[in-house]
Amino acid sequence: MKSVKDIKKLYQNKELKVYEVVEHYLKQIEEWEPNIHAFLNVPYKEIEAQLTSLKEEPSDLPLYGIPIAIKDNMLTKGITTTCASKILENFIPPYDATVVKRLKKAGAIIIGKTNLDEFAMGSSTENSAFGVTKNPWDLDRVPGGSSGGSAACVSSGEAPISLGSDTGGSIRLPASFTSVIGLKPTYGLVSRYGLVAFASSLDQIGPFGRRVEDVAEVLQVIAGHDPKDSTSSPYNIPNYLENLGKTVKGWKVGIPKELWQKGVSEEVLKVLEKSFEVLKNLGIETVEISLPSVDYALSVYYIIATSEASSNLARYDGVKYGYRENNTEDLISMYKATRGKGFGSEVKRRIILGTYALSAGYYDAYYLKAAKVRNLIKMEFEEAFKKVDIIVSPTSPILPFKIGEKISDPLQMYLTDIMTIPVNLAGIPAISMPAGFYNSLPVGIQFMGNFFSEDKLLQFAYAYQENIDLSDKFPPLPKKEEK
Amino acid sequence: MKEKDFLLQIRKTAHLARLYLTSEEEELYAKQLQDVLNYFAKLQELNTSDVEPMAHVLPLSNIWREDEVSESMNQEDVFKNAPDLEENCFKIPRIMKRDEE
Repeated sequence: MKSVKDIKKLYQNKELKVYEVVEHYLKQIEEWEPNIHAFLNVPYKEIEAQLTSLKEEPSDLPLYGIPIAIKDNMLTKGITTTCASKILENFIPPYDATVVKRLKKAGAIIIGKTNLDEFAMGSSTENSAFGVTKNPWDLDRVPGGSSGGSAACVSSGEAPISLGSDTGGSIRLPASFTSVIGLKPTYGLVSRYGLVAFASSLDQIGPFGRRVEDVAEVLQVIAGHDPKDSTSSPYNIPNYLENLGKTVKGWKVGIPKELWQKGVSEEVLKVLEKSFEVLKNLGIETVEISLPSVDYALSVYYIIATSEASSNLARYDGVKYGYRENNTEDLISMYKATRGKGFGSEVKRRIILGTYALSAGYYDAYYLKAAKVRNLIKMEFEEAFKKVDIIVSPTSPILPFKIGEKISDPLQMYLTDIMTIPVNLAGIPAISMPAGFYNSLPVGIQFMGNFFSEDKLLQFAYAYQENIDLSDKFPPLPKKEEK
Repeated sequence: MKEKDFLLQIRKTAHLARLYLTSEEEELYAKQLQDVLNYFAKLQELNTSDVEPMAHVLPLSNIWREDEVSESMNQEDVFKNAPDLEENCFKIPRIMKRDEE
């Protein structure tokens, strides 16, 4: 039992019942959790309740009886949603995020809430207030971030699929570090209602899975306009499954020289050689392209993302919900003490940076300048997609790094996202596919597509998967004494 | 900017953000953010005089909807997570300082 496809087959042949599949994954969780800590919460009671209510539903629902893990920054009614922050430690949402609502309606079973960098700010999951998630392939290393828990649980086999959110690479980087598939859809394709906001013009929800078909199935369920998110796309949603398996012969793939020259490590380059052989065998024509402004993407991103975050996180003030520091003499000192104690180090650093970038005297030099360069970056991608169908880059310039290796140097940590950030700034979709291993450490490859071309992007990824298929490769469960 | 001036800037910014920082945090952030801002300085190399700023990727402007009555959260749910309440109101510490202070 590896993928959604496998589970569906077992149901069709009446070989397993839903509760048996759920039990299988709960057992996996029991075995793996002491090693990796991918979950913040596995709500056994609610799982029971979901199993009971599913009995009334028709078994032909698209995700009938499929367990799914949800990053703990998406609201789940009645199940704590913490954003891995002390400030929301005991927060119980009164409603479901739109994605959660749609998944439940499609028959999926929410089996747990996964760990993340606090408020999705980070590239390693080390910024969680409730402990780091470890990479199932090497427990001394990070799983990437910020959706580290959602990636690690699919990688280890604790869940067949999961949802993450991606603001600057938070789905794709952990997918690459843990050898699973991670898709960041076009900005606006998936409703953000009920996704705790980090940087609203960049945030997007997307699926993790082991197979392209699985990712496509989840996307089919969660994509589409939502009246509760006015930035969600009004366009019709195509069928994401019907192109899978069709040929991609003759497609043009762009190789952006700026990204490939950007300090990509020898190890990553070595593993990706095989991917290029595959592309060649698929009858793909590769073209060198130039995206000159991506050299500035990291700066643009950290100005825009922190500016938006400083505004979005103003709501955590200890009044309507969340943590409050008591015994303060007046309102302002209550705000300051609550936020000072409730937020972790990286979140505070980003609030300061964003507030600084937006403050009088600095706005033009930082935020306004960044918003202009962002437009340049977007225009360069638009130009590129007039010439090519797909753009390819490594997902990460480096292999999964050791826990603690980058945590004291924010700039070094930020540089991990150099390949993924331009995608969020432009708003286009991108997918990270497992490409292979270097000394048993996973490497991923990133395929970027034009706006709302997820159908094409998935078709391309599927063709790649038919040649490099790592979906049945699981990390070995660590022996008990190593715990 | 001189190190000491920048530390003052961090202090001022923390006040604007309603964020209490310890003096260790102030010093650490001042140093780290100076590095990050130096990195950002590269942006000024680019000529953007003919480029429009972009706040949003999709060509969406105002989205309107009919003002229709629909279901909303009940009061119990609204107040469920509140740190302090009094008679269906969120309760906060005093806003004004006491006279004797």
